[in-house]
Amino acid sequence: MASNVPVVRLENVSKRFVIRKEKSLKERIVNAGRSAKFKEDFWALRDISLEINAGSSIGLIGPNGSGKSTLLKAIGGIIEPSTGKVERRGRLAALLELGAGFHPDLTGRENVYLNASILGLTTKQTDYYFDDIVDFSGIENFIDTQVKFYSSGMYVRLAFAVAIHVDPDLLLVDEVLAVGDEAFQRKCLDKIRQFQSEGRTIILVTHSLGQVTEMCDRAVLLSEGSVRFDGAPQRATVEFRDLLEDRRLEDAASHGDDSVDAGRVLSASVRAEGRAEGDAIEPGDDLVISATFSHRDGLERWVAAVQIDSVLGQAVYGTTTKRMKMSLPRLKDARTIEFTIRDVHFGSGKYFVNVSLMAHDGTHLHDRPQIASFDVPYYDLAAGTLFAVPEIADIGVVDQAR
Amino acid sequence: MAGMQNVAAERAQRLSELPFEEAGARSALLQGTVASVVDIWKHRELLGLLTRRELKARYKDSSLGFLWSLIKPLTQLLIYAIVVGEFLGAARSLNNFAVYLFSGLTVYLLFSEIVGGATSSIVANAGLVKKVYFPREIFPISAVGSAMVNFLIQMVILLVAAFVAGTLTFGPHLLYGLAAIGVVIIYSAAIGILLAAVNVYLRDIQYLVEVVLMLVMWGSPILYHWTFATARMPGWLAEIYLNNPVTLAVVGFQQAFWAPGSGGEPLPQLGLRLVIAAVVGIICLIIAQRVFSKLQGNFAQEL
Repeated sequence: MASNVPVVRLENVSKRFVIRKEKSLKERIVNAGRSAKFKEDFWALRDISLEINAGSSIGLIGPNGSGKSTLLKAIGGIIEPSTGKVERRGRLAALLELGAGFHPDLTGRENVYLNASILGLTTKQTDYYFDDIVDFSGIENFIDTQVKFYSSGMYVRLAFAVAIHVDPDLLLVDEVLAVGDEAFQRKCLDKIRQFQSEGRTIILVTHSLGQVTEMCDRAVLLSEGSVRFDGAPQRATVEFRDLLEDRRLEDAASHGDDSVDAGRVLSASVRAEGRAEGDAIEPGDDLVISATFSHRDGLERWVAAVQIDSVLGQAVYGTTTKRMKMSLPRLKDARTIEFTIRDVHFGSGKYFVNVSLMAHDGTHLHDRPQIASFDVPYYDLAAGTLFAVPEIADIGVVDQAR
Repeated sequence: MAGMQNVAAERAQRLSELPFEEAGARSALLQGTVASVVDIWKHRELLGLLTRRELKARYKDSSLGFLWSLIKPLTQLLIYAIVVGEFLGAARSLNNFAVYLFSGLTVYLLFSEIVGGATSSIVANAGLVKKVYFPREIFPISAVGSAMVNFLIQMVILLVAAFVAGTLTFGPHLLYGLAAIGVVIIYSAAIGILLAAVNVYLRDIQYLVEVVLMLVMWGSPILYHWTFATARMPGWLAEIYLNNPVTLAVVGFQQAFWAPGSGGEPLPQLGLRLVIAAVVGIICLIIAQRVFSKLQGNFAQEL
């Protein structure tokens, strides 16, 4: 759906935060000479260049503190970059915090006008959309109540309803879709899909990788303020998981907790029984996953686990030696465990195998996401992750009179 | 679906014709000022809504509501009229002392409300500043708007009082009043915009402002006639005292609404002084706005 008309251009954007440790005049004067000691530089964004085309949907992902929200704010013009420049065109609506402009003492109606105005609508335009907005939010009965009496769900509904009615060319969304009940979330997602088909550009910050693979056609992975990966959402989520795993190991190492580092998943492979690795898996095959583990210091009670994910990152199947009530002998040197999963019926597509080494209490010692993968051939009669043969019969006209 | 594709293509087409704009505020010197003014003008409806929000929220749950914004200055007036006017004897040398007092007080309260309100406006609206972009000058300016509403109500009372006392006459001297309002708005907006930005970085400013505003009140001839003060000052100090914009505005107001029928020594060249003050004030306002737009780049992370 994306065209090649850029709407946002970032050139070498960097943002430095100065963290000061004192705030009052007295402290500043007292510390004036040694102020360097009370300051700390922090680069929230480093040298980011991006071009975003009209009609594309971009997911910004990354661990906490990686600069996702800062980048989104820089695009929205809320934060001015220290160096570099941000250019954009077209009407912008930012959902950085739903209801940011809501004043608790005003009624829902007054807030709709205020918020719409903040997002750039004139009063006349708001008059025109008002009924639609209230209708979408589904809180007609409370529209003349002060918003401080609203539940957080009602708050969000009203704010989202306003934001999507301002006819933006570019919509910035910061983790706000996670609120509201399921029915409303669905409504929001439907609306976002409609936006996509209307060629609007959406930039989304989220921690839900499922949302990224489902809704975006491009993902940007940020880490410590730099772009780590920019491209297809599926690849980006894989990179992200690797990044988190690296982080976890580093973290453990820096805490002197080297026991975490000691356990390893060395390798793993997947095949259908009786066939070679890399061959397609047919419905009815027995799936064989063999994984090799080791532990530097020796581990008494341990658990081997496998999980199969669809390309969307959704877990389709998983089992562990613990579930099988199997106790394994002490792990030290490389030892291979073979899981045989009988009579699998996967739907067509690609699947990834994740293998984990866990302690008996369930702590993950080492994860190897997407260590192996397999393909299931295309089946034209049905879609989904489950294979089953469909049969359809026309039962005939239903007799209404009876 | 074909229709949808068209919508998308049309949008892409339209966007491809739009020029790129830099996100946020520009900080170039003169073009920056013009761009900011245009930007603020585009958001004038929002300005109105924010001002209304400010006013509505202020007395939200009180049953007397707006009356409170009158009760305070009227009480102040009463105290000063009795204590300063009668007990201390200021009323003996100034005819219609209550009108004299209220003319000065009204214009001073406008100044103090704008400066006070504007200074804390950015910090008070932290939630908005951090989450949405629109010209941030809107906040201090909306403080001007809400102060104006209170001012107009007090103005009505002042006019009624002046009419009753017989000091309200029509003539060119009323222009002093208009000029005084202009000068006060220009200076208080300039100071308010500047301090609003500085207050983000240094929260002490809002407390400092309260103290300085009190000094300004006693430093301008509201409770006494300006000749009382200049008589005890060396010449150069008297000039500084007389030419400070709040003094000029206070004297201008007294000249417009109190002097006719009350006597009192008029300040020489009051008109010229007011015009010069206004011109200097506009330059200050432009500088304040430039400083503001330089500082605002970091608002979102300082709040």
